[in-house]
Amino acid sequence: MNNRGYFGELWFGAKSLLIGLNVTIKELFRPIVTVQYPREECEITPNYRGHVELVFNTETGGCDCIVCGMCAKACPSDCLVVKGEKKEGEKRKSLTLFSLDFTKCSLCGSCVETCPKGALDYSQDYNIAGFTREEFHYDLIERLERRHQQPLAAAAGGN
Amino acid sequence: MPPELLRMIIAAVLVVAFVFLNAMILGYMERKVSAHIQRRPGLMEVGPHGVLQLIVDGLKLIGKQLVVPEGSNKFLFRLAPVLSFAPCVLPFVVLPFARKLQIVSMDISLIFILAMTSINVIAILVAGWASNNKYSLFGTFRSVAQAVSYEIPMLLSILSIILITSTFSLQGIIAAQKYYWFILIQPLAFIIYFISGLAETNRAPFDMPEAESELTAGFHTEYSGMGFSFFFLAEYANMFTVCSIATVLFLGGWKGIPLPLGDYTGIFWFMLKVYGLLFVMIWVRWTYPRVRFDQLMTFCWKYLIPFSLANLLITAVLVKLI
Repeated sequence: MNNRGYFGELWFGAKSLLIGLNVTIKELFRPIVTVQYPREECEITPNYRGHVELVFNTETGGCDCIVCGMCAKACPSDCLVVKGEKKEGEKRKSLTLFSLDFTKCSLCGSCVETCPKGALDYSQDYNIAGFTREEFHYDLIERLERRHQQPLAAAAGGN
Repeated sequence: MPPELLRMIIAAVLVVAFVFLNAMILGYMERKVSAHIQRRPGLMEVGPHGVLQLIVDGLKLIGKQLVVPEGSNKFLFRLAPVLSFAPCVLPFVVLPFARKLQIVSMDISLIFILAMTSINVIAILVAGWASNNKYSLFGTFRSVAQAVSYEIPMLLSILSIILITSTFSLQGIIAAQKYYWFILIQPLAFIIYFISGLAETNRAPFDMPEAESELTAGFHTEYSGMGFSFFFLAEYANMFTVCSIATVLFLGGWKGIPLPLGDYTGIFWFMLKVYGLLFVMIWVRWTYPRVRFDQLMTFCWKYLIPFSLANLLITAVLVKLI
């Protein structure tokens, strides 16, 4: 026992107990801070680093990828596959396949950093639970089309 | 069928139904209050704001198998939940819910209630002993030591009310609080009674017998299904009994602002006061950490008992003088 003495201890204890009760009764009437997850969803901050996603270029209506393959080379886990073909009368290759095997991705972000055209960015999508591993083999072109409700058409490949 | 027997059967059914209902209300209240104190929404899934959750929980418990562990005393193991539950129902028989809403009016109803709530200790002892499990046994040791110690300040604080009213009848005590509630002249007795009540019902911060972090669940570690739910019901019924005695002794029982049919609608004020006190119990539980066992005993023997004795002595002198 410390030097407060019998009654000092009693007084000190009773006072601190009342302070404790005051804290909890105040918390009782303050708003709820938890999110009911499947019913509600959190706002994601812009710096959230999900898996990679192709960036939509509003001017061209497609993506800026030039099929240089830098991202696939930079990837330490070999989870990106980029393919393109040169169509008749075009200067550059146009993108035909951009697939991400998210089961292997370590979210390092090397692909986003190496892309010379800034065509890759992090996704904001965090609701990515699935039942099979094939669900995590993303076709990023299809995801981009789905996000913008329109086929990328001839504009793909950029300028 | 004689009318008195019919009345008793109806009363018995109502009382048991109320014990179940009370456990559901308190279970819901406890989980909601604890959630909001921690700034969570709590039960939200079953029914609007989760009001049906406790019914679902109850059905789940009824559906579960009662596992009797090997090496346990099978007869005592099965007896203990019933032994815990039955005496907890009996105090409801003499509780004065309103002027005319009392099943049996006894002159010694207060002693009857105190005797019945004490039997719960034996049920805990039997449960812990029969389980043949170290956690159960340790929980039992603590529970018995605690209940025996805290019975003393509890009875001493009640005794100082009895000295004023000189009756053990609950209706008589309520009638004695004609002009003022006894909490005004016996605030210390009320505080001591309430603290001892928390300890008697094994509520936090005195929930040593059920200390989850060290004893799994204490004396009911081995119980599943209805065995567990009988202990659960008994705990909530005991909480209700303790709070209703506090209401009768210190807060004027069913007295309040008069309502139409006052002889029966006094139950509204009674329930309001009881559930107010129960809210305080829940509030206390979610505020304080559990005390250590030596602190528990120190607090009882060094603070509560001397103070309640002094209070009793002063009350006795004042009653003699006035």
